[in-house]
Amino acid sequence: MEFYRSHVLVCGGTPCVLEGCKGVRDALIAEVKRRGLDREVKVVETGCLGPCDLGPVIVVYPEGTLYQKVRVSDVPEIVEQHLLKGRVVTRLVGEAPQAGVVKYEEPTYLGVQERIVLRNCGVIDPESIEEYIARDGYRALAKCLTEMKPADVIEAVKKSGLVGRGGAAFPTGLKWSFTANADADQKYILCNADEGEPGTFKDRLILEGDPHSILEGMAIAGYAVGANKGFIYVRGEYVLSIERLGKAIEQAKALGLLGSNIFGSGFSFDVEIRKGAGAYVCGEETGLIESIEGKRGEPRIKPPYPGTEGLYGKPTVVNNVETIANIPPILLNGPDWFRQFGTERCPGTKVFTLTGDITNKGLIEVPMGITLRRVIYEIGGGIPGGREFKMAQTGGTSGGCLPKELLDVPMDYFTLPEHGSALGSGALLIMDDSHCIVDIAECFMRFFEHESCGKCTPCREGTARLHEIVAKIARGEGKPGDLELLDELGSVMQVSSLCGLGQAAPVPIKTMLKYFRDEFEAHINDRLCPTGTCGI
Amino acid sequence: MAMVTIDGRKVEVDAGTTILNAAKKLGIDIPTLCHHPDLAVQAVCRICVVEIEGQKLLQPACAFPVQDGMVVYTNTPRVRQARKVNLELLLARHPQDCLQCVRNRSCELQALAERFGMREIRFEHKLRGLPEDHSTPAIVREPDKCILCRRCVSMCHDVQAAGVLFPSRRGADTVVTPVFGRGLDEVACALCGQCIHACPVGAITERDDTERVWQALADPNKHVVVQTAPATRVSIGEEMGLPPGQIITGKLVAALRRLGFDKVMDTDFTADLTIIEEGNEFLKRLKEGGVLPMITSCSPGWIKFGEHFYPDLLKHISTCKSPQQMFGALVKTYYARKAGIDPKDIFSVSLMPCTAKKYEADRPEMCDSGYKDVDVVLTSRELGRMLREAGIRFEDLPEEEHDDPMGISTGAAAIFGATGGVMEAALRTVYEVATGSELPKIDFEEVRGLKGIKEATVRVGDLDVRVAVAHGLGNAKKILDLLREGKANYHFIEIMCCPGGCVGGGGQPIPTTMEIRGIRGNALYEADRGLPYRKSHENPAIKQIYAEFLGEPLSEVSHHLLHTHYTPRQKYPSVAKTVCGEAAG
Repeated sequence: MEFYRSHVLVCGGTPCVLEGCKGVRDALIAEVKRRGLDREVKVVETGCLGPCDLGPVIVVYPEGTLYQKVRVSDVPEIVEQHLLKGRVVTRLVGEAPQAGVVKYEEPTYLGVQERIVLRNCGVIDPESIEEYIARDGYRALAKCLTEMKPADVIEAVKKSGLVGRGGAAFPTGLKWSFTANADADQKYILCNADEGEPGTFKDRLILEGDPHSILEGMAIAGYAVGANKGFIYVRGEYVLSIERLGKAIEQAKALGLLGSNIFGSGFSFDVEIRKGAGAYVCGEETGLIESIEGKRGEPRIKPPYPGTEGLYGKPTVVNNVETIANIPPILLNGPDWFRQFGTERCPGTKVFTLTGDITNKGLIEVPMGITLRRVIYEIGGGIPGGREFKMAQTGGTSGGCLPKELLDVPMDYFTLPEHGSALGSGALLIMDDSHCIVDIAECFMRFFEHESCGKCTPCREGTARLHEIVAKIARGEGKPGDLELLDELGSVMQVSSLCGLGQAAPVPIKTMLKYFRDEFEAHINDRLCPTGTCGI
Repeated sequence: MAMVTIDGRKVEVDAGTTILNAAKKLGIDIPTLCHHPDLAVQAVCRICVVEIEGQKLLQPACAFPVQDGMVVYTNTPRVRQARKVNLELLLARHPQDCLQCVRNRSCELQALAERFGMREIRFEHKLRGLPEDHSTPAIVREPDKCILCRRCVSMCHDVQAAGVLFPSRRGADTVVTPVFGRGLDEVACALCGQCIHACPVGAITERDDTERVWQALADPNKHVVVQTAPATRVSIGEEMGLPPGQIITGKLVAALRRLGFDKVMDTDFTADLTIIEEGNEFLKRLKEGGVLPMITSCSPGWIKFGEHFYPDLLKHISTCKSPQQMFGALVKTYYARKAGIDPKDIFSVSLMPCTAKKYEADRPEMCDSGYKDVDVVLTSRELGRMLREAGIRFEDLPEEEHDDPMGISTGAAAIFGATGGVMEAALRTVYEVATGSELPKIDFEEVRGLKGIKEATVRVGDLDVRVAVAHGLGNAKKILDLLREGKANYHFIEIMCCPGGCVGGGGQPIPTTMEIRGIRGNALYEADRGLPYRKSHENPAIKQIYAEFLGEPLSEVSHHLLHTHYTPRQKYPSVAKTVCGEAAG
């Protein structure tokens, strides 16, 4: 390995790609070379650094200077001033808490963030297996295969208290034990990377930033349950994720970290990528399985559960990307280490994508149980434009909408449901007081009407009716009884729909009716939209 | 075993039994809609949801297995609310023209609405506005009536292996349809009509041809002849309010006369004739090294399925026309000559348990008499409608005999309507024709019953004749796949398109379940036992027609009138509309 006096990390996450980071990267490489610095300075494209609305973002080490909104035209100045003369280009540093000096060893810029899942994101070149290995990559797998029995691995995951990060919060170790105990000639590990929740892009950035952590986690899961085959079901639109996963699989195979007889242990494991075709419902684990089997993307009746009867009828573990990314550090550092983070009931961290009316948007990882207030004001930098916070939707479009009275509720998988919401996949949509609740409800309900697979009555018909009624209210055509009907229909959908889609679809409208009922009533009774959004 | 408490009462059932069946043991009738006793569990309508102690979600009783100690409630406020709202959602998307619907009073959705006392629907009534499918002469689809229970999908895929109907699009736009919204004429549909039996509402029905028959009956210049298929004599009673399995042959004849048919003759006569022709064809193939195994050809649904999916195996199918088409060819030739009637004045109607027969009668090659051999095919259900409209009551009717000369038949012909019946009838004749000696035992029990594929070996002279019987196209497919792979080690195969054979045909009374198919089949075997002649070659009318008209089996006249050919078809055929006398497309 060669040594450089300076590293320039160019964020290569999709938001930065969209802002033109590839051009910045190429310009940096060319300019560094033109200045004859190419043996002293290395330009590295990494995964997501976090501040997704400030892209393209680059960090220059060893100083740890974060430059934001860098254009190709800024590159000669950065190279000349910073890399040649050692002077920070202050006009590109910005003022947001996330900006400024970034000390990689002491990640103070992260504020209250803790990075377990995102440990390598924005730090390593995701296309280099050597850099992953240099950061303890594949050590957890080696430890499992050479020092631990499969049952010990499951026990460690159970002890860690890790629960599924896709939204359902099922204990991961318990899930693995069902498949481990099932007797079958073939078992499968599926990584659910069909991240379809609007506003959620954490899995995408994990896959782009640290693809090897997923392969390692899947291999560990395979060893634990006795599966030698894994599939990553990834959204077809995630072009960069697919590309980097593909490269990572090739690299791991070339080094014998995937394939047959890994570490001479006799354990073999292979991973293949399957691309989703854009159906939200295929993020539901049995819909995903149907899709991999080449069938129409629709959920199956449970039981039987995938743990015992999944892909091609064989015992199958389905885990979310973020869940799997937690596995290598848990096995490497032990369950007790993991339990230091988060809460007693819900240990570890949670990765969120912070979007909406908030100063700092982007990807964050915080301890489980943090309050909404701290996320919004300590990490997110508060509400911009001098406006007031109105509500936050947690968990994506299928999550609940929380008013300012609930800003101090701890966010974890068990507390939020007590308030009618859900932590879900980790989207946090912040809205200020310029938004109309009815208008937002109409938008959410339109989404579910579009995404219902049409299999069961309550979801197929119910999503359409929720949208229809809310749309009427928004148009000023609401009538007395509508809110009661929305409530009743929502309740029936929640308890009688076949899968999580129909069960969760009414959650936003139910919480909106609970916390913002007066706004609906104003639309119906007074034919008035208090924010003036609906144009009644 | 599992001890379950349902609505406060305990019941012991096998572990894994569904809540629905466990409740049934306690006499609790949980309402269902997408559930069908013969089909795969769908669990999509969410009408049968129940509450299980300790669970937040309601669960579908039709699918959810009981566990020891489970406590279930089937009538809590939460359960009742969920059922009613889900039903309300379905009704708000369903036409509210029950009075004009062919399924009025046999509709499961209507019955549920009545059971739940649905007096108000709070959602805006909105139909999907989907086009109807009138593309075939047999089956009509009205997707706007479809409640997306998917029973027809399961029937078409799992039971009949045709894979024609499938859910397409998604959400509230979901529609069950042939691929790309094509008509049934542009896909590999056998037109078996089993989807009609699967459908709880009026979304799939037979094409109604009753008006054409009424018109012919009213036309003084038409000599209207009807033939009655074997399976209808044990099913028409159900159309008239009798329980399944009643043998009503004599009353059926009387009823048809009262409707105004000039002659009531019997498809059973040509079933016997089929046995003579097919039996001789089989013996000829055996003797002359023809293509074996030979497969029966009576079932037009099977023929169409074979033409679409196994065009390479058509040479295995007997060239004999089905009894319906043999009758049609003879009624406008043999009978016309005997009765001294100009065949153009004969209007030939058949009463069939089958929707595919409507298609068969329309095949361009079915005009060997010089006219359309069968003018109209009525299903059992259509005849039921005519009888009820005419005010004919079975309890008032005498038992009457079929008309000569094509009204005399044997027990061998009667059992044509049950799976295995054609094979049994053929064996009775083949054995005696080939060996010249009398059968020691006339009943071939091995080929009877509802097992999907039945096999038997019969010693005929010095040859062990190996036979197989399949009913339902899914079972047929298994045998045909073996045949294609060269692994079907049989001489003779009977294939019936519909489960249970013709007694379970797509034109039979609603409901038609596996249980009812079995009951009707047993009634046919009972009819067989009660008839004076039980072997086709002993039928005096058959001997007479060979003496007077056909000459001998497989004669030139036979070949012209009683045999046919088959047409290889694609799975996604382009449509060529054909009428009698024109070339097939």
